[in-house]
Amino acid sequence: MTRILMKGNEAIAEAAIRAGAIYYFAYPITPQNEVGEYMARRLPEVGGVFVQAESEVAVGNMLFGAVASGKRVFTSSSSPGISLMQEAISYMAGARLPVVLINIMRGGPGLGGILPSQADYFQSTKGGGHGDYRVLVLAPSTLQEAVDLTMLAFHLADKYCNPTMVLADGMIGQMMEPVEFPENYVEEPVPPKDWATTGCQGRAPIIIKSLALDPVVLEKNNLVLAEKYKLMKRDEIRFEAYKINPKNRILVVSYGTMARICQTVIDELEQENISVGLLRPITLFPFPAKEILAEAIKPNIESVLTVEMSMGQMVEDVEWAVKDKKPVEFYGRTGGIVPTPEEVKDYIMKILAKETPAVKSWNG
Amino acid sequence: MNESTHAIFTRPQSFRDVVTHYCPGCTHGVIHRLVAEVLDEFGIRGRTVGVAPVGCGVFIYNYFQTDFLEAPHGRAPALATGLKRVSPELIVFTYQGDGDLASIGTAEIIHAANRGEKFTTIFVNNAIYGMTGGQMAPTTMPGQITTTSPRGRNVEECGYPIRMAELLSTLRTPAYIERVAVHTPQNIVRAKKAIRKAFQYQIDGKCFSLVEVLSTCPTNWGLTPNESLNWLEKTMQPYYPLGVFKTPDAEEQK
Ligand SMILES: Cc1ncc(C[n+]2csc(CCOP(=O)(O)OP(=O)(O)O)c2C)c(N)n1
Ligand code: SF4
Ligand SMILES: [Mg+2]
Repeated sequence: MTRILMKGNEAIAEAAIRAGAIYYFAYPITPQNEVGEYMARRLPEVGGVFVQAESEVAVGNMLFGAVASGKRVFTSSSSPGISLMQEAISYMAGARLPVVLINIMRGGPGLGGILPSQADYFQSTKGGGHGDYRVLVLAPSTLQEAVDLTMLAFHLADKYCNPTMVLADGMIGQMMEPVEFPENYVEEPVPPKDWATTGCQGRAPIIIKSLALDPVVLEKNNLVLAEKYKLMKRDEIRFEAYKINPKNRILVVSYGTMARICQTVIDELEQENISVGLLRPITLFPFPAKEILAEAIKPNIESVLTVEMSMGQMVEDVEWAVKDKKPVEFYGRTGGIVPTPEEVKDYIMKILAKETPAVKSWNG
Repeated sequence: MNESTHAIFTRPQSFRDVVTHYCPGCTHGVIHRLVAEVLDEFGIRGRTVGVAPVGCGVFIYNYFQTDFLEAPHGRAPALATGLKRVSPELIVFTYQGDGDLASIGTAEIIHAANRGEKFTTIFVNNAIYGMTGGQMAPTTMPGQITTTSPRGRNVEECGYPIRMAELLSTLRTPAYIERVAVHTPQNIVRAKKAIRKAFQYQIDGKCFSLVEVLSTCPTNWGLTPNESLNWLEKTMQPYYPLGVFKTPDAEEQK
């Protein structure tokens, strides 16, 4: 395998093509424009389709039509654009369609800014649009992982017939790192796409829909979805344990770019003989709640610290996971400001000195 | 049927043997039938995928013997774009009401037409939101009483009804656009011809095609089925003239 130096957005674009997704629909938005520009150049070479839509509302719905063919299709966008796609995401979740969405998050709310942020955690992991559904969410913290998770996203989408999102931030999209693409990419088999609308020649017509006026039928559809989410929780939870050991006094929970910064902090603290471990969720839904609890209750752990590029979103899931067994602390910056290792380290020192504020995050 | 009888009128193969949910006198059913007949005549049922609207036509997929997608309100042209682009071998059509196409889905239809997407749209204009109980649509006639224009459509506040066929015909991209009606047998025959032509252009991979069909909604117009046919002719048709507004051939000569 050869390592190539690439920009995050372009690496993600190439990864999708390597996973067999050659149908791409999008509308420009910073900081992920390189994905679309790469696709516009590259897709004609591989017999794919690139459509620049009139809006992200249309993008979501073009994906809906395209994915119904049974082929691998995807989009990339950033926060405000993903908001506009929520209509179609809800419909595709209801109709059980395996679409893949890349969200290179920027600071919000509203038009916000174009700098890195993790403020779309709630939107991505709790449904996002209307109705009772979840999106499977993968959060890379390096470019190599962005490549691997993008490819995996198509597999998991097909496996569960569920919208799947790669949730990264502007830092991952914009920075350059060496990446490797697998030479002979083989996947576990996915279920046959016998639900695709390919024309009813020789079989009964297929209808892809989400409408169910009879509440008994609609509840049943929702229970099918719920069953799927249970399976995801059983089989798909992914996380990385970094320097987790029995001597840890603090357990940090952080994902994506923020987790990388926390690793730097943990390395520095190690030099000073302060033992801190990191549990980095890779799947944000399903969330590694049990795994966090298992570490949090270890006798040496004094507190659990969640660090995010937001005013506190994942921390709610961490609090729920830890269930008051240990204090949960929060540190975050927002609006496109990325916490420095010094800031995070200072906060950890404050926790150890028991000097942190009583109200931990905006949600208290 | 014994050997001495001979069926001269049967249900199209593309249409299921079911009773539709449409109100008495509603012409949605007539338009369905014309589309089904055309699919049969071209022998394309097995490679056709319809895209249903949100509106009274939403259950069209229960009546057709073809694959179907159910779009969010107004977005059928975006779904059709996505599907046709990745599966160009399919015949794709959208079936949309006037609230669906001329209000919430205006952006989607204009841009699909402007990109020259190779699918067909059947646009059912009944000057009202039928499904939600008769509210004003962008196509509602001046002075027309609806549940949200109880004193009649006030053009000072709401503007004049949108003529979608004309509006879409201003686009430079080649397309086939015709307006027809289904209130008399002669008009139904013409409507069928237009729908045939629209599908023919798609089969030939030529252009986007749209047939606007003036249709009735006796229930929400508060008229009998017969009065409705009359109202369509007397009130709608003068404002929404019938005819071909655009052909790809004419555009190519420009
Ligand atoms: C996003 C959204 N907004 C509103 C509605 C409610 N709604 C359902 S059908 C409809 C209007 C349908 O009118 P039209 O397209 O003219 O079809 P008709 O029933 O007259 O055939 C509306 C507003 C909806 N389903 N989705
Ligand atoms: S409400 Fe109007 S458009 Fe809908 S089925 Fe009844 S008559 Fe037809
Ligand atoms: Mg209508």
